[in-house]
Amino acid sequence: MRAMSNSVTTPGIQPGRLAAEHYASHFDDLYPNYDPHEAMVAADRCYFCHDAPCITACPTEIDIPLFIRQIQAGQPEAAGKTIMDQNIFGGTCARVCPTETLCEGACVREMAEGKPVEIGRLQRYATDSLMARQGHPYTRAPSTGKCVAVVGAGPAGLACAHRLAMHGHEVTVYEAQDKPGGLNEYGIAAYKMAGGFAAREVEWLLSIGGITIETGRALGRDISLDALRGEFDAVFLGMGLGDVNALGIPGEDLDGVRDAVDFIAELRQTDDLSRLPIGRDVVVIGGGMTAVDAAVQSKLLGAERVSMVYRRDRAAMSASDYEIEHAATEGVTIITGATPVAIHGQGAVEEIEFAYTGGNESFRLKADQVFKAIGQKLVPLDGLAMAGRKLAAQPMPGVWAGGDCTDGGEDLTVTAVAQGRDAAEDIHAHLTSA
Amino acid sequence: MADLTSNFIGIKSPNPYWLASAPPTDKEYNVVRAFKAGWGGVVWKTLGAEGPPIVNVNGPRYGAVWGADRRLLGLNNIELITDRPLEVNLREIKKVKRDWPDRAMVVSLMVPCDEESWKAILKHVEDTGADGVELNFGCPHGMSERGMGSAVGQVPEYIEMVTRWVKKHSRMPCIVKLTPNIADIRKPAEAAKRGGADAVSLINTINSITSVNLDSFSPEPMIDGKGAHGGYCGPAVKPIALNMVAEIARDPATAGLPISGIGGVTTWRDAAEFLALGAGNVQVCTAAMTYGFGIIKELTAGLSQYLDDKGMTLDQLQGRAVPNVTDWQYLNLNYVTKARINQDLCIQCGRCYAACEDTSHQAISMSPDRKFEVIDEECVACNLCVNVCPVQDCITMEELPLGAVDERTGEPVREYANWTTHPNNPMAKAAE
Repeated sequence: MRAMSNSVTTPGIQPGRLAAEHYASHFDDLYPNYDPHEAMVAADRCYFCHDAPCITACPTEIDIPLFIRQIQAGQPEAAGKTIMDQNIFGGTCARVCPTETLCEGACVREMAEGKPVEIGRLQRYATDSLMARQGHPYTRAPSTGKCVAVVGAGPAGLACAHRLAMHGHEVTVYEAQDKPGGLNEYGIAAYKMAGGFAAREVEWLLSIGGITIETGRALGRDISLDALRGEFDAVFLGMGLGDVNALGIPGEDLDGVRDAVDFIAELRQTDDLSRLPIGRDVVVIGGGMTAVDAAVQSKLLGAERVSMVYRRDRAAMSASDYEIEHAATEGVTIITGATPVAIHGQGAVEEIEFAYTGGNESFRLKADQVFKAIGQKLVPLDGLAMAGRKLAAQPMPGVWAGGDCTDGGEDLTVTAVAQGRDAAEDIHAHLTSA
Repeated sequence: MADLTSNFIGIKSPNPYWLASAPPTDKEYNVVRAFKAGWGGVVWKTLGAEGPPIVNVNGPRYGAVWGADRRLLGLNNIELITDRPLEVNLREIKKVKRDWPDRAMVVSLMVPCDEESWKAILKHVEDTGADGVELNFGCPHGMSERGMGSAVGQVPEYIEMVTRWVKKHSRMPCIVKLTPNIADIRKPAEAAKRGGADAVSLINTINSITSVNLDSFSPEPMIDGKGAHGGYCGPAVKPIALNMVAEIARDPATAGLPISGIGGVTTWRDAAEFLALGAGNVQVCTAAMTYGFGIIKELTAGLSQYLDDKGMTLDQLQGRAVPNVTDWQYLNLNYVTKARINQDLCIQCGRCYAACEDTSHQAISMSPDRKFEVIDEECVACNLCVNVCPVQDCITMEELPLGAVDERTGEPVREYANWTTHPNNPMAKAAE
């Protein structure tokens, strides 16, 4: 095929910029799992703090010193169980959590020497050990005869569904996409979830039983909230943020301008990365994790120049320092304090114009591809109580909500899991009281 | 550079580090490598009586205890004395001593407990030109089942008897190596002295099982599903060895009896501690077996630098800590200290709090923002917080000066007084 002759300098949006063998290595695990000896050495650094700050810093409150001690004691599967007791997506969280601002940021060794215990990687070791074991570690309580509908098969919805199933309820999950997993499946950089981990994790989670997933069924399109409320004893909404913010500037509709979430989803679902087209000069607008994931993966696909442009200063970026450094290491140019004012081009994007925030000066970046990563927003639903621009935790009687579609906490997988789990406990208490 | 030249019971060596009788000293090849590396001397691996050599197991001889990064903390062995023909060992000893005249060559011996056996072997050893003999009364495994090794070392009368034979039939300096597998180490040391020993060396290895395989339920090291206790050595045994050395050094019955210190010597610091507690030299094995003979460079350079820094000679170091080893009853009960937490160094792990709150005296407070402070009214100065704190020098013990009030007792700190005069002691003698 002609595509094979493309290189990083081929103009336009082109597939196959790299030699075939580079794709696999570029998108492999960023950090491979520890081997057992590495895990023992890393675990030995934990001080088993009293009332440990790392636990408090974890939205799901995993007993981190306990699971690390279980690794030290040679039972990583037991460590995995300690994690999963609190966070059934412990495997994903081990891979994607911004640990530097959560558990590892709170680790006393971070304060002492700037080198925290590598909690994320130890969690990966523990959860991988548990998941490699035959059989699911949780069993279901006797059937309660109650049925719960969950909207959205992402971390919030599935964490909720798993906990409900464990308590003996029957759960039906409605998922708008073709596959379950939510952002784990569609929205996170491939090198964080290498080896089809998102799908494996969902399969493992569902093996508890009692959970039916109906894919391709979107709330408001294929199903109505009223119908769910009529059919089920309770409803949990965890459909995430279905819409994206627009730039609202001239040229936004030019060819080559695209939402970063769509690009990442396409990348995640492609079975041949060498056939995925990418620009030579890519500009990503935004300062969050989605922006970083889009920028880094553009680079990994062979884009020659990738810039990530954010309108405020670096400290205000919602991507973690670690993520930003990773992007810089991969060769992404990071520009802060610049707001996009226009996208220029004849039919397709050729340049994007920025103004320095709070000044008159402007500049243009050459671009044949622009990814917008300036935030996602809720698709509004009638009759639900709101908290700001998001749903309240219990937006109407008999209806609970959690994850990115709700207010409270950051839009992190770990936060979504905590909210889904806690909603399940609340629903369970509600369904079994009196 | 401080002079490390050593003269131990008339046996001279360029430094006080000898390789202990063990696998590293079993043959010419190893010993020559050791001397080339700089070791001061060796105690050749134990020779047995003439006749067919003993046999060893053909499965694992060693078991171990490790830290998290596989740092070897303790080693255990079920190896017996040399399994090479006596004449081969004697020939090699003679050759090595001839080639390395400035190094100490001591030969370890273990033969059946009769005078003729000892007389016979001593003659052979004298012919090699070796500097002295060490009587192996310590090996706790295998040979002890045959009435040798620690089977002798655990009966002071046998020690005295055999030592007497050795001194009767040989003019060579005689070191008696003691087993720690005994209730009171002073008894065998006294027996050795009565028998005419020129010195004692200790400790030999400690009866031990390093671990149990929880699948096969066999002790380690495992031989065909079974295990026999081995002898434990390495860094883990050093505190036990230090105490036993000190007991002999300070006991009036044995005071002045030269001691060759053995047990977990790994760095120069360990050696200096043995010397300070009265040892005249040290013997090393596990550290060499773990890291190779090259450690001798650190051992000698470190000790030399320490002596230079202190402006001390080796002789001045030897025994320097012995007068400070005493009995509990003479400890000053009016020495009052309080734990002090350096807030600048504290990393807020809370281990001191957990240790004190759960297992000690509830003398550390914890604030909601994780500030940990000592409650002087409760602190008994037990030192547990110091020991569990992961940060060196973060928690220290501060001595209360004479006259200061101890918040815990409400009493002022008084002059030295110990249990022998304490009013609670029914045996107390009235203070003069």
